[in-house]
Amino acid sequence: MNRVTDVSALKEQYDLVVVGAGPAGLSAAATAAELGLSVLLADENPAPGGQIYRAVTTTPVQRREVLGEDYWRGQPIVQRFERSAADYAARTTVWTVGRTELMSGGEGFEVGVSADGQARLIDARHVILATGALERPMPIPGWTLPGVMTAGAAQIALKSAGIVPDGRVVLAGCGPLLYLLASQLQSAGANIVAVLDTTERGNALAAAGALPDFLLSPYLAKGLKLMLAARRKLRFVGGVTGLRAEGEGRVKQVVVERGSARETIACDMLLLHQGVIPNVNMTSAVGCEQVWDEQGHCWAPKLDAWFGASVPGISIAGDGAGIGGAESAALRGEVAALEAARRVGRIDEADRDRRAASVRATLARAMRGRRFLDVLYRPAKAFLAPKDAATVVCRCEEVTAGQLRETTRKLGVQGPNQMKTFLRCGMGPCQGRLCGPTVTEIIAEERGVAPAEVGYYRLRPPVKPVTLGELANLPKTEAAVKAVCR
Amino acid sequence: MFRPMRDPGAPAAAPLRFTFDGAPMTARAGDTVAAALLANGVSVNRHTPVSGAPRGAYCMMGVCFECLVVIDGVGNRQGCLVPLEEGMRIETQRGPRQAEALSQEIGA
Repeated sequence: MNRVTDVSALKEQYDLVVVGAGPAGLSAAATAAELGLSVLLADENPAPGGQIYRAVTTTPVQRREVLGEDYWRGQPIVQRFERSAADYAARTTVWTVGRTELMSGGEGFEVGVSADGQARLIDARHVILATGALERPMPIPGWTLPGVMTAGAAQIALKSAGIVPDGRVVLAGCGPLLYLLASQLQSAGANIVAVLDTTERGNALAAAGALPDFLLSPYLAKGLKLMLAARRKLRFVGGVTGLRAEGEGRVKQVVVERGSARETIACDMLLLHQGVIPNVNMTSAVGCEQVWDEQGHCWAPKLDAWFGASVPGISIAGDGAGIGGAESAALRGEVAALEAARRVGRIDEADRDRRAASVRATLARAMRGRRFLDVLYRPAKAFLAPKDAATVVCRCEEVTAGQLRETTRKLGVQGPNQMKTFLRCGMGPCQGRLCGPTVTEIIAEERGVAPAEVGYYRLRPPVKPVTLGELANLPKTEAAVKAVCR
Repeated sequence: MFRPMRDPGAPAAAPLRFTFDGAPMTARAGDTVAAALLANGVSVNRHTPVSGAPRGAYCMMGVCFECLVVIDGVGNRQGCLVPLEEGMRIETQRGPRQAEALSQEIGA
C-alpha cells in the first residue's frame, strides 16, 4: 500500500478506483492490486476499516473483549490491503463520478476527489463503489435534541476514541446492532438504565418461516449470545410502541409508550437505532438504477451476479449493494474486483470464474439467516412514518411530519422530488441522507400506495460538499484551456 | 456527554490542546474534532440556520452534518471527519457559514 496525502501526487489514471475503505473496499482494492491492476482506494476517514472495523488499526481500546472478537476480524483484512501495491488516499472525499472519454482512449470515468482543500479529477477505467450503509433514520419527537445520537455514533466514538457516554444512558429501537452496542457499552463501563425494544410482537411469527435458514447461519451463535448476555444484565423493556425525547436545550428524559401504558425515564443520553440501509447517495448520483427491496424495506441498487450496476463499468460492493454484514461485504468486494480485472483485460473469463467459485460458496454461507433478521427487525410503521405532526423529519431544513402530510394531501404531491420544491426537505447539507427514507414513507402512507411507487430523491453530484475555491483551482488540461482561450 | 473508558492497557500519550469558543480544552491525539468535543462534555456545536435550534453530533460518520463547526476561522467543517490538531481554534457554528470567516479566508 502506498499512502497518498496530496491529491497532486495521484496518478492521472487508474485501472480501478475504489471508493470506501470498509471491508468491501479494502478487499476489492487488495484483490485487484494483487492481480496487477493499478488501484486507488479513496476514503473519507483518517484510517482504514469503514464503520464496522472503524479505527481497527488505531483504536485506543486495548481490552479486546470490550469490542468483541468480530471487530478484530478487520485486522487481517486491513493487513492484506497494506501488503498490496494499491494507492491509498485517506481523508479524501469523492464528490463525483461521471462517464468520460479517457485521455488514454476508450470509455471510462472521471472521478472528482478532494483532500485538504485541494480538488482534482482523475481517470478510472473501472469504479467500485463501496460506500456502505447508514443507520435507518428513526424520527421520534425530540430526536434533534443534543444528547440524542444514533447507537452507531456511540459505537464509533467507542471504537475510534475510546470514550463512552457519560451519565444515565438509554438505548431504544431494534436490530442486532442495538443489542451489540448494549453489550459493548456495558463492558466498557457505561451506565445503561434501560434498553427500549420497539420490535413488533407480530414480527416473530412472520419471521418463523425463515427460521430454518437462520438456524444454519453464522449469526445464530454470536447473535443469541450477545442478546442473552445483554438481557441478563440490563433492564430490557419490550413491546415499545411510542417514544418521545424531552428536554430544554438537551435531552433530559424519554417518554415510553407500551400500548396504553406510559412511563418516563430520566436520562442524560438517548441512543437510537432501527437497522441499517444501503447509503444510496453516491450510487444513485452516478446514475445507477435503484430498486425497492421489499425484504430489507429500503432502496438498493440493481446489480448483476458480479455486483455490476446498471452503468457499465461501475460495481457496487459491500452493504451499499444491499445489507449483508461485514463478512459478506469483504467477499462481495473480492467478486466485484475479479470482474473489474476481467473488464480491464488482466484476467480472462475462465480465470475470473475459477477464482470466484470458492468466494461465492463462502458468500452464500455468510448471507444465510439474513432474511430472518430482516423480517424480525422490520421497524414498526410508527417509527418509519411518525404520526406526531410536530416531529422533525428533515433535520437540516427543519421540515416536520405534519408539513409533509399536509402538503401531500392538499397539493397532491406524488413524490419526494416534488416535495423538495414545496418544502425544501432533503436540500440541506446532508442531501436527504437523514430524511429521504421517511419522506418516501410518509408520502406513500398519505397516498395509500407502496414506497416503491413513490420513489426517492433524484440525487446529483457533487455528493459531498466541495467549495467553489476547490472547483476554481482544479488543474486544467491543455484541451480545456484551449477550449476557452483563443 | 462522554468520558474515557477505564482501560489500564491504553497507551498514555501527551494530549493535544485546543480551544472551543475560547475555552481551553485537551483531548487525545488521534481523536476527531467531534470526538474531542464530546469527550470534553460539549453537547452543542452548532445552531441551525432555519430556527437557531441547538444541535450536537448525531451520526459520527460523515452523514448527518450535525457536527458542523468553525475550525480556525473556516466554517462548515464536519467535525467527525477532521482529526484534532494542536492549537486548533474551534467555534460553535451559528447559522450558515459566515461571510466574515469567508472574507478572512480569501484575504478580502
